[in-house]
Amino acid sequence: MISRKLAFALVFATFFGSTAALPVAAEEAAPLATDPVAEKRLLELSNELRCLVCQNQTIADSNAELAVDLRREIRGMIQAGKSNPEIIDFMVVRYGDFVLYRPPVKGITLLLWGGPVALMLLGFFILQRYLRRRAKRIAADQPLSADEAQRAEALLKEIDHK
Amino acid sequence: MNRYFWILGAFVALVALLAVGLGLNPRDVPSPLVGKPAPTFTLPVLAAPETTLSPKDMQGKVWLLNVWASWCVSCRQEHPVLVEFSKKVNVPLLGLNYKEVRGDGGFDMSKMPADEEKTLAFQRANQWLSQHGNPYTMTVMDLDGRVGIDYGVYGVPETYVIDKAGVIRMKHTGPITPDVLGQKIMPLLAELNK
Repeated sequence: MISRKLAFALVFATFFGSTAALPVAAEEAAPLATDPVAEKRLLELSNELRCLVCQNQTIADSNAELAVDLRREIRGMIQAGKSNPEIIDFMVVRYGDFVLYRPPVKGITLLLWGGPVALMLLGFFILQRYLRRRAKRIAADQPLSADEAQRAEALLKEIDHK
Repeated sequence: MNRYFWILGAFVALVALLAVGLGLNPRDVPSPLVGKPAPTFTLPVLAAPETTLSPKDMQGKVWLLNVWASWCVSCRQEHPVLVEFSKKVNVPLLGLNYKEVRGDGGFDMSKMPADEEKTLAFQRANQWLSQHGNPYTMTVMDLDGRVGIDYGVYGVPETYVIDKAGVIRMKHTGPITPDVLGQKIMPLLAELNK
């Protein structure tokens, strides 16, 4: 009994001891960037932007020269005190909506945004039509009358005998 | 029977859609700059490094801006077409040399001072033009690629057609082939020069 209490105390102590030690560990792994807030913004922004050289990577992921240049531009704009929409706009003016991983809703992207919903509605429509037809078919399938059942049985027996 | 007909129809439609989609060139990203004024710049001229050129100097003329670099393989492919063009057609063709040194990839830029980069870039560009022929009325040097960014350059070579008012009327990404020149650029130039 005593040993169990001791074990509990030990677990308790290690748990709190380790949480208390956590901030120290975090301090050791401080980011290399001089301004972590700016670096975080850079990362957020470049994760939203497509690299045009390697089209399925973000500017954050890509090591293409253009991506490196664009990260440098974004960093410069952050330092110059530009807001995020201003920086995104800078990219769109030059490279078009294609740079955005989340393209805006407008005429040309209507199919892109509305397509899945339209397909789902079409699916529901087809499903509903199918279910209605099926219900009708089942309703039309009257069970056999006693007379008909007798005839069917007679026919089956006839086949069995042959 | 009728149902199978529908499924077959849907399948054929899907195949047609995919065939069209696969036929498109994903690198052909429409430039938002078409129809907008050409971004301004002031860059040193290759032939006379003390002087600069800006698009304003071209006002009143229809002109072409071709982005190139000596390290760019596709530029070599289109170069004879440009040389031929410059001999036959009286339309100014300006070269924008894009990141001549740092775009090459063969240099450690962190160890190269700015003036050394500049000297090397001019030297390399001049050498390339004397070797392959110079179709350009003038070439300006964009060493760090900032002007390239303003023009939305993402793959050299790229070519812009700019009208008398300084508005970009067309952008072509990739090497100019005789077909592109004859079917797209020449008719546009004729129309703009009317």
